[in-house]
Amino acid sequence: MKYLDEYRDPVLAKSLIERLRRKAFPREVRLMEICGTHTVAIFRSGMRQLLPPQIKLISGPGCPVCVTASEDIDRAIWLAQQPGVITTTFGDLVRVPGSSSSLHIERSKGADVRIVYATLDALRIARDNPDRQVVFIGIGFETTAPTVAAAIQQASKLDVNNFSVFSAHKLLPPAMRALLEAREVNLDGFICPGHVSTIIGAGAYRQVADNYRVPCVITGFEPLDILQGICLLIDQVQSGRAEVENQYRRAVSWEGNSTARKLLEEIFEPADSTWRGIGIIPKSGLAFRPHWKKFDATDRFSMPEITVKEHPGCRCGEVLRGVMIPPECGLFRKVCSPQDPKGPCMVSAEGTCGAYYRYGER
Amino acid sequence: MHELIDTMFVSAFSNPFLAERNDSAVFEIHGGRLAMTTDSYVVDPIFFPGGDIGSLAVHGTVNDLAMRGARPLYITAGFILEEGLACADLEKIVMSMAEAAREAGVLVIAGDTKVVPRGKADKLFINTSGIGIVPPGVDVGGQNARPGDIVLINGTIGDHGMAVLCRREGLAFENEIKSDAAALNGLVGSMLDAFAGIHVLRDPTRGGVATTLNEIAEQSGVGIRLFEETLPIREDVLGACELLGLDPLYVANEGKVLAIVPELGADAVLSAMKSHAFGRASCRIGEIVSDNPGRVFLRTRIGGHRLVDMLRGEQLPRIC
Repeated sequence: MKYLDEYRDPVLAKSLIERLRRKAFPREVRLMEICGTHTVAIFRSGMRQLLPPQIKLISGPGCPVCVTASEDIDRAIWLAQQPGVITTTFGDLVRVPGSSSSLHIERSKGADVRIVYATLDALRIARDNPDRQVVFIGIGFETTAPTVAAAIQQASKLDVNNFSVFSAHKLLPPAMRALLEAREVNLDGFICPGHVSTIIGAGAYRQVADNYRVPCVITGFEPLDILQGICLLIDQVQSGRAEVENQYRRAVSWEGNSTARKLLEEIFEPADSTWRGIGIIPKSGLAFRPHWKKFDATDRFSMPEITVKEHPGCRCGEVLRGVMIPPECGLFRKVCSPQDPKGPCMVSAEGTCGAYYRYGER
Repeated sequence: MHELIDTMFVSAFSNPFLAERNDSAVFEIHGGRLAMTTDSYVVDPIFFPGGDIGSLAVHGTVNDLAMRGARPLYITAGFILEEGLACADLEKIVMSMAEAAREAGVLVIAGDTKVVPRGKADKLFINTSGIGIVPPGVDVGGQNARPGDIVLINGTIGDHGMAVLCRREGLAFENEIKSDAAALNGLVGSMLDAFAGIHVLRDPTRGGVATTLNEIAEQSGVGIRLFEETLPIREDVLGACELLGLDPLYVANEGKVLAIVPELGADAVLSAMKSHAFGRASCRIGEIVSDNPGRVFLRTRIGGHRLVDMLRGEQLPRIC
């Protein structure tokens, strides 16, 4: 298939792996991928076993479901419990355990929870059910947020008054800075997310590279993309450079998608946001601008105070910060599995624990 | 689902036939061997590109019999109809069942119809049961895979699941993906004619190729190694899967058979498959090994290895 096969070429892949193997590594090099799709692509290709042992790939907070704060999961569940409400959301979120329930459990108890593939589908459900309140649970990074903004703009244009959004969106560069500020995990480079970067542009990582002296390479999702991205990062590390390089030029520009960003900025403004396992990161979330508040689910419904109760042994926070790998968690494979997940990193198709479990990585 | 079947049904109805966990049970009556099975169909939408719930209900049960090497003879059909189902739709479905039965060479010899109030069923549900004869010398079952055997498939994977998903969710691609639903007893018959010593036949329906192979690995106590570059996947199915973040290995099929065959019979079976209308794109996709019993591994295109786990719950599209 065009644009796929050429990036899966086994001969080229082997030559890149050989190139990495021929290099001398005086010390371990630690690279973090901060996109769930990268995490899964790396596992699916079986790439980890082929790389020199000195290259450590660490999964970061790149899975949108996983980084969603427990209190936000509880708020989504509370919304689903309200009479007459149709809760719409992307697939993975329904199974994430909150303090005492999940959207999946609420659905089996009779709540109207519907999985949609696009925010505009949620808007369509609102138009089809004018006598019901339809809430879209907005999670995800800069990639999905513009589509949510577009749906809100559309709702306003069409005068759909029974549609609202619970915004738990997250912005990635502030989280990268927070991880580096915390100095918990020593990183030699970031494999930067391809999808997010199509919107924010390669330039968005400049501050990380310049201020923290950590190389950033934006990378596509096929095996050759990732291997080439790793080669570029290793070259930077070994020559003492810390720059932003763009391996994924067929999709990502330096400026990004200004139309999408403009739309995003019209509806939302950056706000402090709580990340699971990391805590509050300044200006890392998206809140409604005053003019658009009428579509804000937190305004439309008077939500109660939430007291969060997480599974006591769950180490998703450490996994998300890259300071622990899933097999080091006491729950992993023993009581926590995709059938009965205790934390979000096991639920999501893009979660690190789920990937370790499914692809048999030890 | 597997857990539910094991803890609830297999233990309650406990008997050696059920304990085998095969697509149908094979038992002896007056010296002859019969195969028997039952299956319920609740697919939504009831009409999809390449078939409908009626043809599916015939193909599914015929295939479950064929997967034990049996020659399907008779099937029964039970209908649960939701009040208000359009008569024209029902007629279309029944005609398509009749056509599917004719093509598969089986007779529908008994049936039952119930109507339930609106909302108590989704348009209609169909249950079919079937019975067939297992020819002498044929012993096909999920417990028979042996190290050194070859894994064959009769064509591209994931077609049915993606056809249904695209229709249900209104996802439009340039070319419409069609379900592969088909009765496989003719194909299986010619495979067994070519080499009667086939060890395992299994149709990778719900949970796809990955889940079915995991079941076989568990039943036979062997490991299975797949080769990524040999997996046949249509470009449009692959494209739709890439877009939605689904793995075609876990997507349902309705006209596919996985055959596990001793090396010495593999070429004969493969050429019989290729000369049948439902097996033109047949190929080898893997082998049975003795290490890692109960598990399925994939050698990736770039030379790495990874586990191919059983499908847990439902496959959900990714977020970004």
